[in-house]
Amino acid sequence: MAAFANILVGGVFHAAVLFLAAAGLQLVFGVQKILNLACGSFYALGAYFGVTVVAYAAGLGLSPWLILPALILAGLALGVIGPPIERMLRSVYGRDESFQLLLTFALVLMFQDVFRFIWGANPRSLDTGYLVYGTINARDFSVPVYNLLVIAAAIGTAAGLGAFLQRTNFGRILRATAENRAMAEALGVDVRRVYAAVFTLGAALGTTAGALVVPTAAASLDMAIEFVIEAFAVVVIGGLGSMRGALVGALIVGLIRAYAIALYPEVEVLAIYVVVIAVLLLRPTGLFGRPIA
Amino acid sequence: MTLPRIVAPALAAVAALALVPTLAPPYYANLMIPFFGYAIALLGFNLLFGQANLLSFGHAMFLGLGAYGAAVLSGVLGVRSFEVVLVVSALAAALVAVPIGVVCVRHTGIFFGMLTLAFGMLFYSFLFKFYHLTGGDSGMRVPRMTILGMEFARYNKIEFLAGPFYYYCLALLVLAALAMWRIVRSPFGLHLRAIGDNARKAEYLGVHVHRCRLAAFVISAAFGAAGGAILGFRVGLADPELVYWTQSGQLVFMTVLGGFSHFLGPVLGALAYILLQDQLQTLTQYWRFVLGAILAIIVIGFPAGLAGLADDVRRKIRRSAA
Repeated sequence: MAAFANILVGGVFHAAVLFLAAAGLQLVFGVQKILNLACGSFYALGAYFGVTVVAYAAGLGLSPWLILPALILAGLALGVIGPPIERMLRSVYGRDESFQLLLTFALVLMFQDVFRFIWGANPRSLDTGYLVYGTINARDFSVPVYNLLVIAAAIGTAAGLGAFLQRTNFGRILRATAENRAMAEALGVDVRRVYAAVFTLGAALGTTAGALVVPTAAASLDMAIEFVIEAFAVVVIGGLGSMRGALVGALIVGLIRAYAIALYPEVEVLAIYVVVIAVLLLRPTGLFGRPIA
Repeated sequence: MTLPRIVAPALAAVAALALVPTLAPPYYANLMIPFFGYAIALLGFNLLFGQANLLSFGHAMFLGLGAYGAAVLSGVLGVRSFEVVLVVSALAAALVAVPIGVVCVRHTGIFFGMLTLAFGMLFYSFLFKFYHLTGGDSGMRVPRMTILGMEFARYNKIEFLAGPFYYYCLALLVLAALAMWRIVRSPFGLHLRAIGDNARKAEYLGVHVHRCRLAAFVISAAFGAAGGAILGFRVGLADPELVYWTQSGQLVFMTVLGGFSHFLGPVLGALAYILLQDQLQTLTQYWRFVLGAILAIIVIGFPAGLAGLADDVRRKIRRSAA
């Protein structure tokens, strides 16, 4: 029973991280209609940068208690890569999907060597323990408080994004642009600005996810291309462009992965992709997606 | 009857390729073996992408099937003849492609890409995780085989690859290109192009859209497996990296680099990619960045690829001559 609960919390932690990155992917797909293969690269960038920032902060004598806010700030600060990359993607808006995929694939290739250049080929991990926040123990059950904080942060982000999209003026503009770009433009929406903002937000969500995961896992070169596979599974299961889909998809993928690793490690990725294929067969638009005309 | 315009440059290219082993050091002849493998696979890939407008992001799966097919047939079952291995692997891949294709061809665009990616990763994780069957990350050995029943025992592996096997692969590429040319020019090929241009209109005109797409998928799988068998033979190993999704991306890269709207564009793309990668690797350890930048530039500025550029140049020359 305790083992079951441990796996559950582990799975939800992974789902929380997946949700953050997938939410960014969904925003960008929903508004810009671009499926970003480089989302994994943003994630890895956040992880590497998180290691650097925390190491630097520790050198300055920052209290280890501030590791979580430091990582979140590091992730958000990386949003600066959003506008220049969005500028580059502008050339493929409205063009064939294959070109959009290929351009983001080009980004994946370039980022791989940027990581290699800045951080080297060996995995980088944090020396500062995230266990500073302690662990909750109850008989066999044990979970680091840090993991719970990340889960809480993801829930907070989900609620915040929901409120932002539903309640704020900019959120409405954003949804209108996603719905009908030409009409939004005709009504005076500066679509370029919306696109730049959305892509920046999407990138920042991805980098923050990466920064948050780095205390529990090393940042490595494989991280970027491995993560894409899971993030894509999340958005396909949930339905492309749907925020609720990202949440449910992340939970499904996170839990499947956690239980597969614990029970039958051979089928870890296999199980995820069996579900992906099943969803695509039964409901091609995903659990919460709307049909694309 | 006038010959199609493609014949003269194609013949020149074959002649130039035939001279490589005699003029260039064995290193280059050896380097060209993967080119032949990729070129044959891409001829099939472009039947889907260039003709039917279906972008597969899991096509490396079929190259993997070819390489692992070669490993199982020759390494486990003891088949000595490479022709048998080629034919059986291609047939096996075609057989595997039927159920996958039935599922995938109902979708287009991003969904087709996602589904093929999903199947590719399914196959990858099978190869990677089922260690006792597939050797996991260390892969499976592909022993040396005979070509056309001949052993070539007096050649060592490098000499064999740079000599007899090189010409053998060149012949295979020519055969594959001729076969694909026939397919593209057949009524079936025209149906495919109609589907690629406008699937709904094609359907109104009586084209069996799903059936044609499925046939194209199966044919491209067989070509992919033949290419994959060559790749496996050259390295002497079938390993799961060959099936990873980045490999599928690389196949698309080659096709777009060469120009997907030209019949021989993907072949040109495979050649350019292999040579470029080889040169970049000797220049810098950050060759992926350069390749990525080149891909970005092509996608943004030259979507017709190298073949398209060549067309532009030819047109300009003709105009200035006139």
